[in-house]
Amino acid sequence: MTTLLQQQGYEEERLRRVAEQLPCREVQAGMLLSLMGQPQHYSYPSIFIYGHRASGKSHVMNVLLKELELPHATVSCVECVSVALLFEQVLLSLFGCGAASLLPRSPSLSDFVRVYRQQSSQDPAKQTRYIVMEKAELLRDTDANLLPALLRLQELVEDNVTVILLSEIVWDKFRPNTGCFEPLLLHFPDYSKGDLQEILSQDTHPSYSAEFYSSYINILLGVFYSVCRDLRELRHLAALNFSKFCEPLAEAKVKETDTHKLWRNIEPHLKKAMQTVYLREVSSLQWEQMQQMEEKETGAVRGLSAHTHVELPYYSKFLLIAAYLASYNPARTDKRFFLKHHGKIKKTNFLKKNEKTSNHLLGPKPFPLDRLLAIFYSVVDSRVVPTASIFSQISSLVTLQLLSQVSHDDQLDAPKYKCAVSLDFISAISRTVNFEIVKYLYDFL
Amino acid sequence: MSKRKGKEGHLPIGECITQVQQILRERFCHQQHTGKLEGVESQQKHLLELLKRTAVHGESNSVLIVGPRGAGKTTLLQCVLRDLLQEKDAQKNLLQVHLNGLLQTDDRIALKEITRQLHLENVVGDKVFGSFAENLAFLLEALKKGDRSSSRPVLFVLDEFDLFAHHKNQTLLYNLLDVSQSAQTPVAVVGVTCRLDVLELLEKRVKSRFSHRQIHLLSGSTFARYLERVRSQLSLPGHFQDAQFAEEWNASVRSLCEDRAAEEVFRRHFNSSTDLRSLHALLMSCLSRVSVSKPVIKPADLLDASRTCLADAKANMLHGLSILELCLIIAMKHLNDVYEGEPFNLQMVHNEFKKFLQRKSNSMYKFEQPVVMKAFEHLQQLELIRPADGSSAKTQREYQLMRLMLDHSQIMEALQKYPQCPTDVKQWAMSAFG
Repeated sequence: MTTLLQQQGYEEERLRRVAEQLPCREVQAGMLLSLMGQPQHYSYPSIFIYGHRASGKSHVMNVLLKELELPHATVSCVECVSVALLFEQVLLSLFGCGAASLLPRSPSLSDFVRVYRQQSSQDPAKQTRYIVMEKAELLRDTDANLLPALLRLQELVEDNVTVILLSEIVWDKFRPNTGCFEPLLLHFPDYSKGDLQEILSQDTHPSYSAEFYSSYINILLGVFYSVCRDLRELRHLAALNFSKFCEPLAEAKVKETDTHKLWRNIEPHLKKAMQTVYLREVSSLQWEQMQQMEEKETGAVRGLSAHTHVELPYYSKFLLIAAYLASYNPARTDKRFFLKHHGKIKKTNFLKKNEKTSNHLLGPKPFPLDRLLAIFYSVVDSRVVPTASIFSQISSLVTLQLLSQVSHDDQLDAPKYKCAVSLDFISAISRTVNFEIVKYLYDFL
Repeated sequence: MSKRKGKEGHLPIGECITQVQQILRERFCHQQHTGKLEGVESQQKHLLELLKRTAVHGESNSVLIVGPRGAGKTTLLQCVLRDLLQEKDAQKNLLQVHLNGLLQTDDRIALKEITRQLHLENVVGDKVFGSFAENLAFLLEALKKGDRSSSRPVLFVLDEFDLFAHHKNQTLLYNLLDVSQSAQTPVAVVGVTCRLDVLELLEKRVKSRFSHRQIHLLSGSTFARYLERVRSQLSLPGHFQDAQFAEEWNASVRSLCEDRAAEEVFRRHFNSSTDLRSLHALLMSCLSRVSVSKPVIKPADLLDASRTCLADAKANMLHGLSILELCLIIAMKHLNDVYEGEPFNLQMVHNEFKKFLQRKSNSMYKFEQPVVMKAFEHLQQLELIRPADGSSAKTQREYQLMRLMLDHSQIMEALQKYPQCPTDVKQWAMSAFG
């Protein structure tokens, strides 16, 4: 059906098979193939391919190299935590395991190039060799020489080799400061809505018609397309929710063609999925279980973030509340909030606020220990003795990462803290001790 | 096959294209230089003379070849070496050691590589040396003994010379240059670098031993010469098998260079950079469009190739964002406008976005905070936004200060190109304040 892939030197049958496996990527695959040229020809030393996540970069590369049976090494930079692993993998896939064992214990780039040259002189390239680096942005964090050396590998090893870098990040962020051999840039554009519809409609359910599945995908995209364009994520969501979509059919309430009723049924369900399973609040397994339990309302199972509520001792709760108040209120308002007989405070001056200085926008401010204790004694009604346990509770709040210590210069003398919990969390806590926190917050006055 | 030969080297078109691709790809990708160098005759003569004095007369020299990336430093050196090796004396005597700053990252590796390239591994064996200088002196001494003519000249080529200057104490450079100044073995040290200030990187003692001979390769080329170069780079050589096809091809190249639209494209590229490397990249993507069904390069191909070369990568990436992510970027743009480039955090961006939603009272984009957070983190992964200060691991994610890595014009341009962009979002982006 597609005849866009044309290149001399490859069998037509194979090219056809490649084209079949790459829906909506014919243009890119054709461009890539024409850059790669005929197998025995030289190809450009390095090609940099960028595009969004799940736009088919690795897939196109893999299919091309596998189906056309070109000698290649595919390396994921996430796996290669050290350069030694990288070199070993490249030599292993290009020359077999004999070559990889020639590398010394902790190989340098120099060793790699030496071994590579030696091997390639033993069996000279009849075809271009390809080294594909996935997640190439991690190469920037390794040895500074690695990326420039890989980009001019063809020149260094004097072999017909092409390095292909795949990344989500644009090339401008890769360039080292003394420059390097510039690769050819190739962009894989995002799939349009039509493309996504076409690709997702391909994996149909055996017991339903293709049009039915396609209409389901259409509804799914209607809900999720504005948030998510990641093909893999959408496919996952489609697979998860399809059984729910089919439910009315199984109960014989509606017919396949009655799209509106099906949409009415599934839409709130998908909206809920966006808040739960899309954010991984609820795992896919839980989500499937929830769908099976019909009597139970979906979403009744508590997600991950619901479990953030922790049980704290009584004084710890008040310490945390005091820390929150100290972090989010300006110190000049403390007198007004916490002193019983504060003198006269000009109301107009006190209430003069603007959005720019709101702490709930800017984030928590650091406060000294003294202020924390002062607020603590004022919000706790009973008399509290400053025992060791109170102080140890503060430091245990730090270890729980509910508070964070700001400056590390001194542990004992006037340490400064920041409160690292959200408003929802603190209001839940203050509800358990019957403390109305909103009344004491400057931002909400 | 015999039939084809009978027809006086008339090959079928497929074969011709294959040949063209092979020859030109070797030229563009493999940097196969075509015999003659243009515009650097004086430098070539100078370098050849210098190396000849080392190879033939046993004089020690050091020289630096300096020029920007893609200016033809390595090509110049290769040409000179090729010419040099045509002489009998030089061919017989001269030993070459090629080092690259990218590969030999410290002196120990470099010394090992020198030993290997001089084929002295068995001489060195398991000997223990007191110092680096002793080791190097031993290597050179071994060369003296190895041959009847008491000492053979050695040519050291140090590619990426500036990286060698970052080695500890610059021991390698010091010893090489010291040998070239004092010891008897004739040594030529040729450094190749793209840094103009490379002499400032050298230590004083290293610098004083360097001969301060520099060969600069600066491209002072004009547009006419550039076009001439394009023509010569694309032309087929005289020894091409099918003479008729070669003639046709060369004629088509000539007409391409004379075409008005093509000239415009070449001028744009000339204005952005004059080096050969970027030209090769452009021509390479033109060449890849040549096939059996379309055996010549048309100006349209060139235009197309140039468009992909010059495309703004960030704008390409912005095109693929979801509408929520785009809205967040517009909100960041407004924050940047209002607070004049102050860093922002997620809360502020979300607040700005909510203000937009309130005004529009359009519930279409009403998303929960975690969904917004996920979109925000995706933007961070794409490095479109970046943390303002490095040490922010302790602050909560929604209060981490960020900076936008995009231009005002880039955002506006992306918005114009965005497929099915809602009108209210577009208007929001246009409006000056929030």
